[in-house]
Amino acid sequence: MSTSQPNRLAEGGLIDRTQKLRFRFDGRTLAGYPGDTLASALLANGIRLVGRSFKYHRPRGILSAGSEEPNALVELRTGARREPNTRATTVELYGGLDAASQNRWPSLHFDLLAANQLFAPIFGAGFYYKTFMWPASFWEKIYEPAIRRAAGLGRAAGAPDPDHYEKANAFCDVLVIGAGPAGLSAALAAARSGARVILAEEDFRLGGRLLSERYDIDGRPARDWVKAAEAEIASFPDCRVMTRTTVFGVYDGGTYAALERVNDHVPVPPAHEPRQRLWRIVAKRAVLCAGAIERPIVFGDNDRPGIMLASAVRTYLNRFGVVPGRRAVVFADNDDAFRTASDLAHAGAEVVALVNAGHGPSRHAQAVAEAARAPYFPGAVIERVRGGQGVKGVAIRDGGGVTQHFDCDLVAMSGGWNPSVHLTTHLNGKPKWSERLSALVPDALPPGMSVAGSAQGEFGLAACLAGGEAAGSEAAQGCGFTTQPNTRRAVSEESEPASPIWQVAKGRGKAFVDFQNDVAVSDIKLAAREGFRIPEHLKRYTTLGMATDQGKTANANGAAVLAGLTGRYLGAVGTTTFRPPFTPVSISAFAGHHRGPDFRPARLAPSHQWAKEQGAVFVETGPWLRALYYPRRGEDPQNAVNREVANVRDHVGVCDVSTLGKIDVQGSDAGAFLDRVYANTFSTLAIGKARYGVMLREDGFVLDDGTTARLKPDHYYVTTTTVNAVKVMQHLEFCAQVLWPEPDVQMVSVTEQWAQYAVAGPRARDVLQAIVDPTHDISNEAFPYLAAGEVTVCGGTPGRLFRLSFSGELAYEVAVPARFGDALIRKIVEVGTAYGIAPYGTEALGVLRIEKGHPAGGELNGQTTAHDLGLGKLLSTKKDFIGHFMAARPALIDSSRPTLVGLRPVNREDRLRAGAHLIPKGAEATGANDQGYVTSIAFSPSLGHWLGLGLLAKGPQRHGELMRAYDPVRNGDVEVEICPPCHIDPEGNRLRV
Amino acid sequence: MRINCPYCGERALEEFTYRGDATVTRPESLDPSTEKAWVDYVYFRDNPAGIHREHWHHSQGCHAWLVVTRNITTHEIVAVEFAGEGEGD
Repeated sequence: MSTSQPNRLAEGGLIDRTQKLRFRFDGRTLAGYPGDTLASALLANGIRLVGRSFKYHRPRGILSAGSEEPNALVELRTGARREPNTRATTVELYGGLDAASQNRWPSLHFDLLAANQLFAPIFGAGFYYKTFMWPASFWEKIYEPAIRRAAGLGRAAGAPDPDHYEKANAFCDVLVIGAGPAGLSAALAAARSGARVILAEEDFRLGGRLLSERYDIDGRPARDWVKAAEAEIASFPDCRVMTRTTVFGVYDGGTYAALERVNDHVPVPPAHEPRQRLWRIVAKRAVLCAGAIERPIVFGDNDRPGIMLASAVRTYLNRFGVVPGRRAVVFADNDDAFRTASDLAHAGAEVVALVNAGHGPSRHAQAVAEAARAPYFPGAVIERVRGGQGVKGVAIRDGGGVTQHFDCDLVAMSGGWNPSVHLTTHLNGKPKWSERLSALVPDALPPGMSVAGSAQGEFGLAACLAGGEAAGSEAAQGCGFTTQPNTRRAVSEESEPASPIWQVAKGRGKAFVDFQNDVAVSDIKLAAREGFRIPEHLKRYTTLGMATDQGKTANANGAAVLAGLTGRYLGAVGTTTFRPPFTPVSISAFAGHHRGPDFRPARLAPSHQWAKEQGAVFVETGPWLRALYYPRRGEDPQNAVNREVANVRDHVGVCDVSTLGKIDVQGSDAGAFLDRVYANTFSTLAIGKARYGVMLREDGFVLDDGTTARLKPDHYYVTTTTVNAVKVMQHLEFCAQVLWPEPDVQMVSVTEQWAQYAVAGPRARDVLQAIVDPTHDISNEAFPYLAAGEVTVCGGTPGRLFRLSFSGELAYEVAVPARFGDALIRKIVEVGTAYGIAPYGTEALGVLRIEKGHPAGGELNGQTTAHDLGLGKLLSTKKDFIGHFMAARPALIDSSRPTLVGLRPVNREDRLRAGAHLIPKGAEATGANDQGYVTSIAFSPSLGHWLGLGLLAKGPQRHGELMRAYDPVRNGDVEVEICPPCHIDPEGNRLRV
Repeated sequence: MRINCPYCGERALEEFTYRGDATVTRPESLDPSTEKAWVDYVYFRDNPAGIHREHWHHSQGCHAWLVVTRNITTHEIVAVEFAGEGEGD
């Protein structure tokens, strides 16, 4: 026998012995084969100790061979791809794999923190409710840091994930979850009928339990049947087989979530391939064939390395060609587990004892023992385990009470099986207790789901094959397909379930129930004593079932122990609810491509590319990127904004306002419709004119404002603010479809269809005259303030021109179809250079409108009414409109409400800050004296000092008054003078030139 | 969750926007005596543990406003209809 892989059998196993793979564990280089898991390769190399337990740092080994593994959690990979708490039993071995054990210092074999075991009495269930409380001052500096250092198992990588993750959708008629005998049969039956089938299997091979047992089907090895089934399934073009894919959650509407581990089994994903793919599968029907999970037996020191589930021992023997020990004890309370003795003997291991804890004689077990030449102990239990870092021997107490000691290095234990009902409970269905099986079986199911095979509690192979086929047929029929009659198969030996013992009474040593969270029988006893006597309470108090394995090997035993302690029938104790995900899913998979700048889609304005070329600094407004300012070389932000503002007031500027919502409203009743949604009137708007409008919410507060133009008798062009574009559109559609369906009106959002630029400043007309085709007269007489109309620009390009001014200067907004937006901005700047044109961003846009006292985002904050903003005159008294009734409530028209005012610092050098509260001068800064707040501020290059807008109780009546602008958060306390909101050109002469 | 839009067929939840209770009616009168009806319409809603009729907007699809009859305890969607009259002609 070679010293490399001493526990590898000479032949057998679904591994490729022609290729040796080198991997590292805790720095040691070892060898394995393709087809191995990390766990099987470690066992092949004679490594049993793989980790230290969570609380007590007890030595732990590999318990299982599947995703239910609680102990063998390793840190996989290094660097940015390092991933903690990875189950070695599901890691596909690849060349160069690097893994390390967790939760131990300085080493796995010599872990100083094992000293925790001395404090075991303190670390009982719920200890953190009773300790670390005194003295209180110790908590922050001593207890919490110490607990943080000691807590957890593995370490996260702490670096950004370098891999890509995808999300995808799939649709099918029948989703089959699990590809063991039941799942393969179900998928075949459904696929043969022509249904679209998805077969999802967590493992990297199809076959489930058939890969691990020496069963026969129709007289031939079961693996041959698996191969044939695989080949037939591959022949159906509408049957998609997804291996390495865990269906981890069930959701409403026949929706299932699955994680496909596309490239977990290679060192680095190939270029352009994702590491993992998160699937959302919508299935008309689903057949759950998730199998069952074996139960440990609860006995003293049952957590020692080398004590494994019997089915796992068979998996390592038969699937991986690994014998996990040379001298084995088989300890079980059900007949099925004793086949482990046969398999061990077949592999050349010595079966030292066959301990049958079951009640009543078993000829089957006796026969197995004789064939394996193993001493047979009926009605017996393991009373004690010898060995710390790995099992060295056991003490067996026979049916007569006599104890004998045996040396061994492997214990294969089985307390029966739990059907994997997890997915049936994700929508709150509760399983029911089966007395016959001593296990929970599915009861209430998610709509569209059926269960077959061991997951249903049908543990026999013939039943799995037949049940799977029947369920697959039924599911296909439910989707409208005709299916073939079911076949019958001959299978090798079957066995009956037995009555489990759950735990060994009067044993020695700490008996573990939840291995991962280190919860023992003593903890459950403590919890029950303290009044936590139902599984929901037991779980939270002891943390049983709360580890990354969701208690897959712990919950049933925990409930049984609890039932015994509280003198209740186990079937009545109940269970906690399983939640998605069935196994851990990385956050990267949930994020998919939504990371960093791709977190959500970016909406770009038509001038974006041009603005980037100009060196614009951008700001996010919702998903939009808008140019904030366009700094020139050597300019700091404030200088840039000051320059842009001054340039608009002195010459001309251009600003991209395409992001504001635009809604096209047409119909013979369009005007009447707008009358119902706006507070003011639009049916009276002349053709070729625009008007400022305010929309209220139904509760009377301001929803949004904008300008609406009438292009034709039946054609209006409505604008909204950028942030409310979607909300207003939905609102208008609700009004037109639901509230008032009779009027003849249609609307469509055209925000993205039009590029729109504001051109503002004394030279604005000069610029527009060079852009708008000469056939259109845009002189002040022909196109006065608030004119609007369709024009052509730049030699025939269709466009629209609006004489609107947000800045208070002579200004226009020119719109063209968005595909011409880039060309137009370049043209505007080209022709505007002669007039001193410069672009301005949203920051300067804001300064300009604050100088003019126009309410905008800071004032339209959802808590203000039209009266508050000085727009009360806009509310029509002659018609019903959204919000009309509620806006007239006494509290909403009370003049002592905070109302719009302007603010100037008394000391012109002082800086104003938005959010500061307005307190009367000389009064104390208390809530009682709080009379309003500052909503918008700007440095005005036009006036040379800061100014702002605010809301002040009875504001319009208090112009000239001096107040404190109190800002304790930023240590501000500035004296301000209340003044009218408009700081520049209050008569509005400049916009009418 | 999936909603069966009468125009578009069954679509995923993220295509829709929820508004609220579809069983309330906007009062028609502006007479001050109808204040209670207006306050009820704007602020108060029943919340039965069972069937709700709700307004949903197919905002990432056809933009139709829908009434979805849904059992909020079982999540079963019983019916999906156009909210307005005269739709789907």
